[in-house]
Amino acid sequence: MDLNLNSEDLAFRDEVRAFLKDKLDPKVAEKVARSEAISKDEILAWQKALYEQGWIVPNWPVEHGGTGWSVMQRYIFDEECAAAGAPQTISFGFSMIGPVLIAFGSEDQKARYLPRIRSSEDWWCQGFSEPGSGSDLASLRTRAERDGDEWVINGQKTWTTLAQHADMMFCLCRTDPDAKPQRGISMFVFSMNTPGITVRPIRTIDGGTEVNDVFLDNVRVPADALVGEENKGWSYAKYLLSNERFGIARVPQSKYQLKQLKNIAGIQLSEGAPLIEDRDFRTKIADVELELKALEITNLRVMLDVRQDGTPNPLSSMLKIKGSEVQQRISELLMEALGPYGLAYQPHANDDTANTPVVGPEFGAMLTPKYLNNRKISIYGGTNEIQRNIMTKAVLGL
Amino acid sequence: MDLSLSDDQKLLKETVERLMQDNYDIDRRRKYSAEPTGYSADNWRQMAELGLLGLPFEEEYGGFGGSAVDVMVVMEALGSGLAVEPFLATVILCGGLLQDAGTEAQKATHLSAIASGERTFALAHSEPQARYALADVTAQAAAAGDGFTLTGHKCVALYGDSADWLIVSARTAGTPRDAGGITLFLVAADAAGVEVTGYQTVDGQRAADVVLNGVSITADAVVGPLGEGLPIIERAVDRAIGALAAEAVGVMDKINALTLDYSKNRQQFGRAIGEFQVVQHRMTDMLMETEQARSMAQIAAMTLDRDDDARARELAGVKARLGKAGRFVGQESIQLHGGMGMTDEMTIGHYFKRLTMIDRTFGDTDHCMRRYADTLGD
Repeated sequence: MDLNLNSEDLAFRDEVRAFLKDKLDPKVAEKVARSEAISKDEILAWQKALYEQGWIVPNWPVEHGGTGWSVMQRYIFDEECAAAGAPQTISFGFSMIGPVLIAFGSEDQKARYLPRIRSSEDWWCQGFSEPGSGSDLASLRTRAERDGDEWVINGQKTWTTLAQHADMMFCLCRTDPDAKPQRGISMFVFSMNTPGITVRPIRTIDGGTEVNDVFLDNVRVPADALVGEENKGWSYAKYLLSNERFGIARVPQSKYQLKQLKNIAGIQLSEGAPLIEDRDFRTKIADVELELKALEITNLRVMLDVRQDGTPNPLSSMLKIKGSEVQQRISELLMEALGPYGLAYQPHANDDTANTPVVGPEFGAMLTPKYLNNRKISIYGGTNEIQRNIMTKAVLGL
Repeated sequence: MDLSLSDDQKLLKETVERLMQDNYDIDRRRKYSAEPTGYSADNWRQMAELGLLGLPFEEEYGGFGGSAVDVMVVMEALGSGLAVEPFLATVILCGGLLQDAGTEAQKATHLSAIASGERTFALAHSEPQARYALADVTAQAAAAGDGFTLTGHKCVALYGDSADWLIVSARTAGTPRDAGGITLFLVAADAAGVEVTGYQTVDGQRAADVVLNGVSITADAVVGPLGEGLPIIERAVDRAIGALAAEAVGVMDKINALTLDYSKNRQQFGRAIGEFQVVQHRMTDMLMETEQARSMAQIAAMTLDRDDDARARELAGVKARLGKAGRFVGQESIQLHGGMGMTDEMTIGHYFKRLTMIDRTFGDTDHCMRRYADTLGD
């Protein structure tokens, strides 16, 4: 056991740092530091830089454009990107549908979609949740019915993140209504330009519109929109979610936010002294820092435990639960650190073209919205209660 | 970075786990605990034979040059067996301190005697007014001829009543709570003027209050530089915290296993209580706390060799997080055992008590959290 990075990993870290210094737009990093919205163009520019470097899909097999990095290298890469304030790449293509197509897609699907995912030509969104199917996802009712050479899709998806930007959707649909819920689901991939698709933004409690309702009304997609085998969609969805586990704890991002918190608490005053010198507040920071320290090691233990049979470590769900708790706690403390200016609702801080000045500290305008937005983390991707159900089975064996 | 055990460490783990399985169950533990020394002489001898009592010592003193990770592996296994032998008091605390700061002669005399199992030690450092503050020492060491005369009151010295030797802290300079001026001394437990009052601890172990009524000792009994004992004690206590963290993880693993087992067997409302979601989620929370504590114990083992400031801060953080985990896991386990959890007959309560007392040892959660928070970095 050793916490120190070996010389190869240190060299790799330096290489990543040099790349970030060269290619990451400082203006974007500044926006990330202030939790301001990053535009589609800014995200695409960052993804393009990674693509040109050959680092856009480290999680893919080398023959499909992956980097062949070790687990530790992938972790270092994530950590350095977060520490430098790089924006999040959009995971729907790179981490979600990409690996599913690699594992289960046809040769034609791989040839058609994978290069466009890597180059960011296609922006993907995820059609899983429905108004009546949240935690009980397998109850989903969106129908796909075969009609000659086509499938006809009818139903409604919801919480579809960034659907307004998406070119493509991967979508779970019911193809056998008579089978057991999990056995009658198939996965489809299709263009968002297909007639019959309507995207309607959902305004969330933070004032943003990153999620959407997506209405599917007689949407006709070709037969080869089906991924893998008919009625096997549930197992592909499970594969997709298990693949997503690598960064699920979001330790690098939380380390970055914790640093922001300490900075801000060092600037904000309380009774004439920096807030960070207030013992109560400092203890709250210390408390979440310890949780994060433990989580970093727990996370690495799970990541480094590569199982021969490819099954995920049963503690994966814990990473989601603890990771969400830490992220939520830090964003809560960031809001607290701001004090009364946390009341001011200033969505124009997100708008580069707005002329209205921001009141209060320049770093503070988005901290309350960020707190509000982060309440989603313990809900999406399987609520923390569902994660406990999974652990009950996988770890306790009950 | 590497978070795995070496093959040797895996073997060590199996060895100690087997020792615990062969020699321990709750009834035998009660018997060991009831011995005048509070532990089994036979177990102690077996631990010596397995090389455990010299594990962290250098080879020239009968040891195996074991690392903090090796100690972690042993302590975790001792924790899951709920061992009562004074491994922590003698080997980790005092043996570690002597190896760190003792003279060649002291090491040659004492470390091999510890490793062979023929001599036990206790650290007589804490005082009644000090709570967990290590610098709060009022015992006096007055120069007398070539040596010193010790007076003072030391409290809750772990296994102090069966120890052959004591390591005593006393002031050769300064006032209470000064960092400087504390000196460490080797004192034979049967020396004239040493008054040892032993008692059982709540968790079935032993401790003692030690009153020093003008104990005369010679100059060669001084351990480490005169007046510079505090950093030595801090290092020793941090090693003990690292060991306790691992022990606590072993205790928590066993608590979780016992609780899961109970939830499968205990029937209410016509089914096993483990079928209720509220019970299941409580147990997953216990498990997550244990995993976070395990990560902290590993951090402890991997940072014990760092320099003083970094190490002290990490270990304070480890102990604080561990205290939270232990409190949660312990209290929930009793709750989930219901009325049976309240009985002395059930095993669970004994593990709960040990876990609870670990938080009382070398700094509780509040104390350690304050220390950690006061040195918050960037």
